[in-house]
Amino acid sequence: MMKEIEELFRNINLAKEVMELSGENPYDCYQCGTCSASCPFIEEMDLKPDEVIRYVILNRKEVLKSKTIWICASCFECAERCPRDINITKLMEALRQIILRKNVDHTEIEKIGEEEKRTIPQIAFVSLFRKNVG
Amino acid sequence: MKKLLYFPGCTLKTYAKNLEATAIAIAREFGYDLVEMDDWNCCGVVASLTEDDLMHHLAPLRNLIRVQDAGEKEVLVICDMCYNTLKQTNLRVKKNKEDLEKLNSFMDEENDYRCEVEVVHFLEFLKNKVGFEKIKKAVKKALKGIRIMPYYGCMLLRPREVSVDDPEDPFILSELLKILGAEVVEVPYRIECCGSYHTIDMKEVVSRRSYVISMQGIRRGADAIALSCPLCHFNLDRRGKDAEKIYENYRQIPVFYYTQLMAISLGLDIDLCGFEKHAVDPRKLLEERGII
Ligand code: SF4
Ligand code: SF4
Repeated sequence: MMKEIEELFRNINLAKEVMELSGENPYDCYQCGTCSASCPFIEEMDLKPDEVIRYVILNRKEVLKSKTIWICASCFECAERCPRDINITKLMEALRQIILRKNVDHTEIEKIGEEEKRTIPQIAFVSLFRKNVG
Repeated sequence: MKKLLYFPGCTLKTYAKNLEATAIAIAREFGYDLVEMDDWNCCGVVASLTEDDLMHHLAPLRNLIRVQDAGEKEVLVICDMCYNTLKQTNLRVKKNKEDLEKLNSFMDEENDYRCEVEVVHFLEFLKNKVGFEKIKKAVKKALKGIRIMPYYGCMLLRPREVSVDDPEDPFILSELLKILGAEVVEVPYRIECCGSYHTIDMKEVVSRRSYVISMQGIRRGADAIALSCPLCHFNLDRRGKDAEKIYENYRQIPVFYYTQLMAISLGLDIDLCGFEKHAVDPRKLLEERGII
């Protein structure tokens, strides 16, 4: 899957795609790290949100294989605090969408267990499907 | 009784029946009859965040049109995720005429949306329509001797345009809890994400979130947490209970909906609260403090 992703997106320009999808400009970022300092999931991430932005600018496709873009739960904390008014939440969504729109799902729905289905609130399922399945 | 239309959403009909039941009973206490809107559909739960994705605004918009068709200018929402989604779509089409036209022309059977509906959270209704002063006067059983940590999470506060309060420094829940007679424990993490939908395929991540958030309160002496969102409830209550297996000596404190605490202090039927469904049963604490 890892190799496939790099292969699949060899010819795209990340910054351009992200700008189109999110309406946000990664070049506005001055790498202050406020987004990363605000992110409640930072300890679970491999790339920090400010690094994700840098990777996008540098067109480094590894970012599409990072855990970070899937761990981001769209909490809008970074977007609320960015001094350059970049909506990083939308930028993360754009990166997920780049992958999902190629029909590469992140979550295998079949693997969700019976107990989960019985106990977890519906809003969790609908959001998981919206975020992780194309 | 004054009738008010409300949008329940899927989770109020399943996991969070107790949130719905207590909200309806509270409204009735103050002379409002909450009427479930006809023909509602799932709102989609998360707002569409890409520029070109109008399709996912259809589900929220259809609901707003149903409100309009019912001749109402306002719809009350009790679930935070539904509130956030409906309100974000409402703002997008109000701000963006072109999007609105596209969406209107895409839908065949619905009337065109005229952008006249307002999406109101139940907390805003309590504060602005009922009024906290009036609630204060109706308190029958003050929540004395119990220290509660208010928790907001994300969907009540962000993005800023949809916030029910100051997104970085909210106080609406603590105001309400104080009125009910509780002692309030404020913590910085009250506005941080609970882990959201990761509760399905990254349970441990969510248990860690729950632990970190609850611990901030526990260290400051909190006996319980009060919140509004059903997913935050599941994550702090159930995944918090699961965290007991990860962290030695950790005991999850009870997690209430603010409506349950209101119901108790207003002297409403305790059965509405559905406490038996919680992972951490709050009745022990309430009994200990002589509240029930
Ligand atoms: S907070 Fe904004 S400007 Fe600062 S690093 Fe993050 S995206 Fe860049
Ligand atoms: S929106 Fe995503 S990246 Fe930003 S703070 Fe929240 S989880 Fe972190």
